[in-house]
Amino acid sequence: MSTVDWKKYEPVLIPDIKDLHKIDVYEKNGGYQALKSILTDKKKWADPKSVVNEVKDANIRGRGGAGFNAGLKWSFMPPADGGPRYLACNGDESEPGTFKDRKIFEFNPHLFIEGALIAAYAMEITTIYVYIRGEYLTYIKMMEKAIQDAYDKGYIGKNIVDSSFSVDFYVHSGAGAYICGEETSMLESLEGKRGYPRVKPPFPAQKGLWGRPTTINNIETLSHVPAVINRGSAWFKNIGSPTHPGPILYGISGHVNKPGVYELPSGIPVLDLINEVAGGIRNGKKLKAVIPGGSSTPILRADQLEGITMDADSLRTVGSMLGTAGMVVMDEDTDMIDVLWRIAHFYHHESCGQCTPCREGTGWLEKILLKIKNGEGEVRDLDLLLDVTTQMEGRTICALADAAAWPVRFTINRFRDEFEARCKKSVHAIA
Amino acid sequence: MEKQINKIMAYEFTKEDLKEIEKIKSHYPEVKPATLPVLWIAQNRFGHVDPDVQRLVAETLELPEAHVHGVASFYTQYYKEKKGKYVLDVCTCLSCQLCGGYDMLHYLEEKLGIKEGETSDDGMFTLNQVECLGACGYAPMLQITNDKYVNNLTSEKLDNLVDSLKKGEEPGYEKMEMPLRKNN
Repeated sequence: MSTVDWKKYEPVLIPDIKDLHKIDVYEKNGGYQALKSILTDKKKWADPKSVVNEVKDANIRGRGGAGFNAGLKWSFMPPADGGPRYLACNGDESEPGTFKDRKIFEFNPHLFIEGALIAAYAMEITTIYVYIRGEYLTYIKMMEKAIQDAYDKGYIGKNIVDSSFSVDFYVHSGAGAYICGEETSMLESLEGKRGYPRVKPPFPAQKGLWGRPTTINNIETLSHVPAVINRGSAWFKNIGSPTHPGPILYGISGHVNKPGVYELPSGIPVLDLINEVAGGIRNGKKLKAVIPGGSSTPILRADQLEGITMDADSLRTVGSMLGTAGMVVMDEDTDMIDVLWRIAHFYHHESCGQCTPCREGTGWLEKILLKIKNGEGEVRDLDLLLDVTTQMEGRTICALADAAAWPVRFTINRFRDEFEARCKKSVHAIA
Repeated sequence: MEKQINKIMAYEFTKEDLKEIEKIKSHYPEVKPATLPVLWIAQNRFGHVDPDVQRLVAETLELPEAHVHGVASFYTQYYKEKKGKYVLDVCTCLSCQLCGGYDMLHYLEEKLGIKEGETSDDGMFTLNQVECLGACGYAPMLQITNDKYVNNLTSEKLDNLVDSLKKGEEPGYEKMEMPLRKNN
């Protein structure tokens, strides 16, 4: 496979345009043209279905982590029956290592608003909610301003651009709960309840908010939509990896010289991303490990990365996932036991407690890892940890248990020597 | 009897608050979804949502107190008790851990003379260790009382921050640029 030519790539989600967050600057740069086109150009866009088909054809794989074709998801909505239908935009962004959607809220909020409006038209939605994590107070205020500006200009509200299409758009703030990034938990939180994930089926498209058809999309996913409408699905599919096309917001953090969010095509080599884009490892140290897409995606050793690219298929060949493309880079001095214990602590703290395997399992993972970290572990504890992970995976309502189990399983398997060495040095080791 | 609604113990919503609450209720097809936003309004007004404030929220929205308590206790950002004037939430999760989040937490513990989870005797500072705040590229970092982020922390930056907070000066929004951007 030819390598992706990322050096010549021009950003479209967060282009380098001054004051693009202001609605008039956004309009001057072609903003809201896609929305106007689908509402007025009846030759090109005969009905909402034609919009769904174009987006489906573009194969925008959900950027929230699951990687599911957004247009296909839209097509699951049942036919409109005159009752309310909802679009819930997921800006909860709380997977450790992920900090990309805030760049859209800050630098290009109208792109996201336009994408959400197009989605609403395509699915005959009546109300849009954007759920933003409570900690992002600054971005919540920015989005409220942007939405108000779009209302004032007639892009949101009744009879948008003099068409028959009407929709409302509200911001809903979270209040500090990782689990509310899980789509059905987010619906519960929007309904004003504790964020307990729902049993599926019924899927949100059948019974979502207040029992009505609802679609949930990630902020970045929706932000891809205007360009797909303007330039066509073929343009989108031509960017990056053929099986996982389009631009991606890569968030890079950890031991690199230039951490930050970079918009580049999918399928960029992992090592290019670390060494060229993010400026290599701090203080001239060597790379030890990478978590490619948020804390729940399986960790990779430096020696596994040669020839691997940032797309779902390539990462799968080495046993990992793209997730949210929030990459965490670790240098040679990193203590894997410390890192894994901290990840386990996170999931224990954030487990909602609804399902026993997760509520109890995440606690045990953290406790056993703390024991090893404190120099009191035994080699058999490693197998106990692996056993606990198998008791958790696939046995709960939502994927948090899996997200907690994978890092433990893969970090131990891929750094077993380090874990065993620590256990053998512990107070229980027999001389 | 009706006059007692919206007026629990010392807590009372202002007219503007009540107007805001009505506006929020209009965003949803039923009242319950207003629970989270109204808890936010209450916390911004009173500094916390202790059981008395939760009761006020419940009565204002005409929802069971148990429901409001259930919601308030689920979400970590609602303060279920009185906190210091400034709550310093230091992130120690993954990327912040790798970049020295615990060093920053311990530095503050020493500087303020309190442990994580405690409030200083003068009521100025509450220090917390929190989970990922979504600022991984600018680690280590902290958040001040559910609002501004302070990024790329060093001990000097913490010294300056604590000094200015003691004088009542809160930092502004710290814009974190994309490394390759020049135009903003």
